[in-house]
Amino acid sequence: MADGKVVKRAKYKPTVKGYGIPGVLKLTKERFIFMPNDPTSTAKLNVEFKLIKGHKFSKEGSSKQALLNLTQDQGGYIFEFDSFPDRDQCRDFVASAIAAYMEVGKAASEKPVVLHDEQLNATEMGRRIKLLQENSELQKLHMQLVIGGILSEAEFWAARKKLLEQSENKKPKQLVALKNDMWSVKPLSDGQTNRVTFNLTPEVIHQIFAEKPAVRQAYLNFVPGKMSEKEFWTKYSRAEYLHSTKNIVAAAAEAAEDEELAVFLKQDDMLASEARKKIRRVDPTLDMEADEGDDYMHLPDHGLPQGETKEFLEPQYEPFKRSFSQYLNQHTAVVLRGRVIDVELGDTRSVAEAFTRANQAELATEVSDENAYRERINKVSRVAEIEDLQGPRDLPVALLSIKDPRDYFDSQQANAIKALGDVDTGIRQLKFSVTKEDAFCSLKDSISEINSQGLIEPIINPEVALKVFNGLSQNISSTKYHLGKNPHESVLDQLPSATKNELLLHWTSIQELLKHFWSSYPITTKYLYTKVTRLKDAMSQIYTKLQEIKESVQSDIRHQVSLLVQPMLQALDAAFAHYDADVQKRSAKSGERPNGFV
Amino acid sequence: MKFQIEDITVYFPYDNIYPEQYQYMLELKRALDAKGHCLLEMPTGTGKTIALLSLITSYRLSKPSNPIKLLYCTRTVHEMEKTLAELKLLYNYQLGEFGPGARMLAIGLSSRKNLCVNPNVVSGENRDSVDAGCRKLTASWVRAISVENPNVPMCPFFENYDAADKAGTSTLPAGVYTLQELRLYGKEKGWCPYFLARHMVQQANVVVYSYQYLLDPKVAGIISKEMERECVVVFDEAHNIDNVCIEALSVSVRKQTLEGATRNLSRMSQEIERLKDTDAGRLRAEYSRLVEGLAQRLPAQDVWLANPALPDDIMKEAVPGNIRKAEHFLSVLRRFVQYLKGRLETDNVEKEGPVAFVASINTQVGIDQKMLKFCYDRLHSLMSTLEITDTDEFLHIQTVCDLATLVGTYSRGFSIIIEPFDERMPHIPDPVLQLTCHDASLAIKPVFERFQSVVITSGTLSPIDLYPRLLNFNPVVSRSFKMSLTRDCICPMVLTRGSDQLPVSTKYDLRSDPGVEKNYGKLLLEMVSVVPDGVVCFFVSYSYMDGIVNSWHESGILKDIMQHKLVFIETQDVVETTLALDNYRRACDSGRGAVFFSVARGKVAEGIDFDRHYGRLVIMFGVPFQYTLSRTLLARLEYLRETFQIKEGDFLTFDALRQAAQCVGRVIRSKADYGMMIFADKRYSRHDKRSKLPGWILSHLRDAHLNLSTDMAVYIAKEFLRKMAQPYDKNGALGKRTLLSQEDLENMITVPDGEMLL
Repeated sequence: MADGKVVKRAKYKPTVKGYGIPGVLKLTKERFIFMPNDPTSTAKLNVEFKLIKGHKFSKEGSSKQALLNLTQDQGGYIFEFDSFPDRDQCRDFVASAIAAYMEVGKAASEKPVVLHDEQLNATEMGRRIKLLQENSELQKLHMQLVIGGILSEAEFWAARKKLLEQSENKKPKQLVALKNDMWSVKPLSDGQTNRVTFNLTPEVIHQIFAEKPAVRQAYLNFVPGKMSEKEFWTKYSRAEYLHSTKNIVAAAAEAAEDEELAVFLKQDDMLASEARKKIRRVDPTLDMEADEGDDYMHLPDHGLPQGETKEFLEPQYEPFKRSFSQYLNQHTAVVLRGRVIDVELGDTRSVAEAFTRANQAELATEVSDENAYRERINKVSRVAEIEDLQGPRDLPVALLSIKDPRDYFDSQQANAIKALGDVDTGIRQLKFSVTKEDAFCSLKDSISEINSQGLIEPIINPEVALKVFNGLSQNISSTKYHLGKNPHESVLDQLPSATKNELLLHWTSIQELLKHFWSSYPITTKYLYTKVTRLKDAMSQIYTKLQEIKESVQSDIRHQVSLLVQPMLQALDAAFAHYDADVQKRSAKSGERPNGFV
Repeated sequence: MKFQIEDITVYFPYDNIYPEQYQYMLELKRALDAKGHCLLEMPTGTGKTIALLSLITSYRLSKPSNPIKLLYCTRTVHEMEKTLAELKLLYNYQLGEFGPGARMLAIGLSSRKNLCVNPNVVSGENRDSVDAGCRKLTASWVRAISVENPNVPMCPFFENYDAADKAGTSTLPAGVYTLQELRLYGKEKGWCPYFLARHMVQQANVVVYSYQYLLDPKVAGIISKEMERECVVVFDEAHNIDNVCIEALSVSVRKQTLEGATRNLSRMSQEIERLKDTDAGRLRAEYSRLVEGLAQRLPAQDVWLANPALPDDIMKEAVPGNIRKAEHFLSVLRRFVQYLKGRLETDNVEKEGPVAFVASINTQVGIDQKMLKFCYDRLHSLMSTLEITDTDEFLHIQTVCDLATLVGTYSRGFSIIIEPFDERMPHIPDPVLQLTCHDASLAIKPVFERFQSVVITSGTLSPIDLYPRLLNFNPVVSRSFKMSLTRDCICPMVLTRGSDQLPVSTKYDLRSDPGVEKNYGKLLLEMVSVVPDGVVCFFVSYSYMDGIVNSWHESGILKDIMQHKLVFIETQDVVETTLALDNYRRACDSGRGAVFFSVARGKVAEGIDFDRHYGRLVIMFGVPFQYTLSRTLLARLEYLRETFQIKEGDFLTFDALRQAAQCVGRVIRSKADYGMMIFADKRYSRHDKRSKLPGWILSHLRDAHLNLSTDMAVYIAKEFLRKMAQPYDKNGALGKRTLLSQEDLENMITVPDGEMLL
């Protein structure tokens, strides 16, 4: 890899299901070459990375094949490797090669317009590439605008700073919740020998550490100083086995002989002390411990004995008692808390240490939680209210952020209907602050008007009214009512998918262009001037394309399409109008200043 | 809103009111006017507490010449917190409406364990160690020593408070104080919140504390002794009040108790010897004080627990001569302990009355009834003479003396039961001697006599005519209110068969049947996959719950349940259970959904609400009968039959059904809330059982829902949940108003029988 070349044995699979053709895959910086072992085979490949758009690979797993799929615009090349490490090496190489090409491609396209020399480091580039790979829409836009030379790379990304930052660190990594599955202590015994097998995976160890801090602590103390990892888990399993037999006396006897084993067999003191800390933070309306502290009626031996039989245990066995309920509660609490550590599960020691750190951090924050306490009191008083006796409260408003452009179209529908309706629904300017005199004058005017012109009788001609009414209701029923019933169905879904995609693409690019267009004003430098010109040209191209779409679609949906296209055209028109006005103003100015400062 | 009830202007902190709240207030007001006791049953989820608080505080405002004081008793500390939160809401509203004249002082009172702010003391393990820790720092003799010797630690909070008290500045400004706020205030001022609260109890307009502060003479004797007659006492959630009453007067003694008592006695005799050598004058002073009678007043911080007998029954005379000397008293106690030890060594169950028991003590160890009766007071006096501060070590001898005093004071309504082992575990010897009280009216009698109005209220007081008999009083008002519902927001069901159509029950013969366990598990599994948010399950006992949960775990049902919801379980350890509940709520809040397994008659069933999304479904697995073979229960049943002519079966069913109703009643908080209740036992379909449920549940229990199998119940649940998810008109439809505004109330004509006309 260091010399820019990787050679691996692999099978080329023309189809996913089919049997692969064995051969040798050779990767260089520019291209990859596949030579089948059988020289007569026609499956030789020699492809430039320039044409490769991305790569996919299969997840690592015992029963899975190590696959690598290099994707092209159409189809791709699938290779199967003998082992995952081989595959991973190739994958990494391919990834860097593709990235390099994209970079080169971009650099090439940037050349004619590069004005600010951007010192891009590799990480910045990688981030951009990653974003493009993740978001196909963005990729299309990028292709069209940047590669098409309308916008420069820097301009394109300048508008997406936020996106970049987000992808960098803000985006919270989605944590996988813990499985709500109790590690069954049922040992697998093979029935013939006296051997009992336990199955421990990193996931199970993680769970054990989360649920049993004492075991975690013991691990940190014992391994590897006192015993090996294997011995530790053997001992732990032995303890679990003893518990599963529910023989407290036997457990106590074993613990007496082996002090390390005793750690596992005894009750978890760390849990108990954690519980004592946590109890101070619970909602006071739940705090049953406080009840016990207040209950003088049940002093030892006072009151009636509860109707429950108490488990009778000799005091020396008391620390070895463990109940399933306790385990159940602890397990569920851990699941509820979710993953608190973010460490690769393979390394047991680092997992254990991460847990200890997380716990300490948690305890540290608890000490200073006066606010949390206030919050709790507030919550209690809020809950004390009876909700339906009270008038509705002003709930805090959360802003809606709608990403799907369709939502915009849907919301535009109402406006469009209004604009295209047969009648003027009349957004009349109303004047609300009218003085008495004005009102009286206007009344007098109308009276005199009626006197002079006579009343129109009836005010509205019934036929006209009916026509308007029919027109309106048809209009409404055909669009809003028809489609509005189902929120998932919009006008767009009725269109042929090609048209739909085209429209959406145009919509996004118009948005992008307009954003750049308007942000360029006022024009202060020559750079902005050329940019605006470029943008305007691009927009007028789209404008004509939109017109074409409008005309090309079938007549039955043409109306819908024109409804959709209308706002886009309007927005573009506004931009053009602004541009023209600006150019005029500019030329007028330049008349005054012939030396042509733009 | 603000409205008139007869001559009272009621300030109610909400814009609307339920009609039944209005009626409740009306009845309550009449009882207050009549200065009599009353018994009111109103379904949960209709805002009982706020109606009650509003009326009583408004009554005080409307009749300033005759200010009444409210003693509000809750069963638990967390209910106390809830009540105070509601009171605070009300108080803020009244301040806004009425102005500064509405100022009042309302405090919650609890033990040192819950109020102490001294970090060294409150870190004690339990209540008794905190109490003892406090006494070690604040007892009068300790403080006396520390004046001379600065190395003896004192409690700075108490000293500050005491200084302020002596200067007359130790007051709380008006307002509503929860326990947490008392602690905060104490920390701010540097005063001991516990003693401050104890001091302010006399002046507060509203005191919220737990039942025992009035019912248990040991505690009431200290805290509530000086409350004046013009108090309105409210027992909320009082359906179990008879049990609280009999528990307050019951004591049991085990082997460990007697061993502990023996240790205590030898320690005391050492102390006496020591004192004889160093300060014999103190013993002599005690002797002469006892000759004059016990009328000594100890400072508040020296008082331990009060006499276990009721105030009227405590003899106001001098301690008998033969126990005045400390050594003599100790030898009497030694003989008594020896006697009890002997009685515990029996092989048979023995049951006798107090008279026979006292006679046998007299003949065998020569302690007469009067000496027994004074045991408690004499012990108390001796301990303060000996300046013992670690009272938590002396609980055993205290128990023995309590027993002696009670048995010496009461000759009827009690019995002594000695059992050599638990009936259910005959192989393990665990001898116990119990003095059990059967008569609930004994403990509550002084409360009825001392205070002008006692209000007993709960969501379940059915049958309402039984309570006056059990508690032996005459209510001036006794009413049960129906719930007016905007929509059918509760859905009770009786499930008699499992998914395989076989009957389910926790009856003794079916209890451990694997088929029944499986059917119950399947029921829960089906339900958790249908019901959103929180689901609560109640089982008949801890042992049954442990058994069935383990068997579900083994058969994999539990794992399937956990696919849908998180599972929490009540344990006998309160700390663990509290944390489990806290997590349960968090799981419901976050939308993850959870199941809580709990025990009827357990601590959770007693006072935790599962309202709103915290409980959309309650499943009551089985009928929560008491352990019917228990000797104490049998003795009580016998007493009830002889004294009140209440049949055993009737009482047991009544008791079981009130527990069941209490468990399921916790799902509803308001009429906007909704929830389902499943009674999963075939016995609920029988009329004699079912009819003991409160009316508000019965009125929603449709005939079609009386005999369901799992699949039908799931179907009904789905339908119900869908219906409840629809928007509805809060004000009620079909001409029946379920929400009244101020205007509605002003237009209303109330006819004399309390019915409302619009």
